[in-house]
Amino acid sequence: MMNLPGPAIAVRDLRVVRGGAEVLHGLTFEVPRGQVTGLLGPSGCGKTTLIRSIVGVQIVTSGEVTVLGEPAGGPALRRKIGYSTQSAAIYRDLTVLENLRYFAAVLGAGKDDAERVLEEVGLAGAGRQLAGSLSGGQLGRASLAVALLGSPELLVLDEPTVGLDPVLRQDLWGLFQSLAERGVTLVVSSHVMDEAARCQRLIILREGEILADGSPDGLRERAGTTDLEEAFLRLVKEKAERVR
Amino acid sequence: MSLTITLATAGRILAQLRHDRRTLALLVGVPSVLMILLRYVIDDPASFDRLGPTLLGIFPFIVMFMVTSITTQRERATGTLERLMAGPLGRFDLLLGYALAFGAVAAAQVAVVLAISLTWLGLEVAGSVWLLVLVAVLDSLLGMALGLFFSAFARTEFQAVQFMPAVVLPQSLLCGLVVPRDAMASWLERLSDVMPLSYAVEAMQEVARTGDVTGVLVRDILIVAGCAVLALVLGAATLRRRTP
Repeated sequence: MMNLPGPAIAVRDLRVVRGGAEVLHGLTFEVPRGQVTGLLGPSGCGKTTLIRSIVGVQIVTSGEVTVLGEPAGGPALRRKIGYSTQSAAIYRDLTVLENLRYFAAVLGAGKDDAERVLEEVGLAGAGRQLAGSLSGGQLGRASLAVALLGSPELLVLDEPTVGLDPVLRQDLWGLFQSLAERGVTLVVSSHVMDEAARCQRLIILREGEILADGSPDGLRERAGTTDLEEAFLRLVKEKAERVR
Repeated sequence: MSLTITLATAGRILAQLRHDRRTLALLVGVPSVLMILLRYVIDDPASFDRLGPTLLGIFPFIVMFMVTSITTQRERATGTLERLMAGPLGRFDLLLGYALAFGAVAAAQVAVVLAISLTWLGLEVAGSVWLLVLVAVLDSLLGMALGLFFSAFARTEFQAVQFMPAVVLPQSLLCGLVVPRDAMASWLERLSDVMPLSYAVEAMQEVARTGDVTGVLVRDILIVAGCAVLALVLGAATLRRRTP
């Protein structure tokens, strides 16, 4: 999986108009295979729209999005991408296991795949609980578990760690790292800058444009500070001065 | 299209209903109670023999329209539809899954109402009981398909509920329940000619009236089945992989 040619995702001049306003203003970047790439930026910067474009469920205005060598949304990609939306996209009136078994059947994944992913997100004890009775954090992890079904090559996760306590957050980032070590490519969005340090690669978005694209160390160096939050602020200021 | 995915979807919808016992009880119980009420409100066996089958044609239609429009609206709102559309599920897999599950529920509903009507309430039906069940199930599929179609225009569950009287009540008024169709003003009769529920009700009345399979009955069954297929295709058109 690691030695396939080309990047996992290649985006060229992507523009998206939603509700009459342009929310992505011509993005161009690549995401390498087998790494955790963080998609960071404040709420409303276009993270979710970009993620939807990568998964192939967003109507794009212009530009190209190539995923695993194919145009985004192509039929061959539908079993290769695990996708988890920001709000938990699972059936509240089914148990967690019933949810996982249904999505596993749709993907053609093995029957014991449901138990495996449940274990991976640390919900092994909650399989027989109705999803609607879970706490917010558990619900989010159940939704993440669905994305892990069928061991996809690419995982696209929209804010998977929102509302989790620090211990669980650390566990999940540990899971992401170990998946990347197995050759899985991960794109993880977050609006919390301290999560950026856990990624090998960062793409920072602001108001529909790329503010920075590189490794966390490269970013610190460029901004001249060790604190990523501070680095973000300096980059915003730097850009504002350039525009002026 | 995939049989596995279709069957998994039907199983999932039935599992959701199994967890929701109250809805299940309402689905089967309410039509039965209404039929009992009708019998004693009219209190005249001859009139009940005329109106009973008409109601049998209307119930499954109303109930399935409502259940489907709300269920689909919920699938859109919670993101499960987007998740499914990003995966290998085809829209006809989803539609047929719905049709199988709700068709089974409709058959159960009609079976209970019919059993009560034919025994306790003394309804006299000249034709085959199986033809009554067939027309009722086709009718419920028509309601389901229309519910699916109209749910695409509802942004909230609240709006989805409002579509029920908007779509169902005009058809119920004009289908011959209140006044026989040929006794209505000619413009109203023409209006009722293009409403599928009119033919469902006419088919029910034919089965109740005579033991023969008349030309009118065959024509009505074909019209109802044709409308159900047409509505399903329209419903399919509202399920998009890419959304704005």
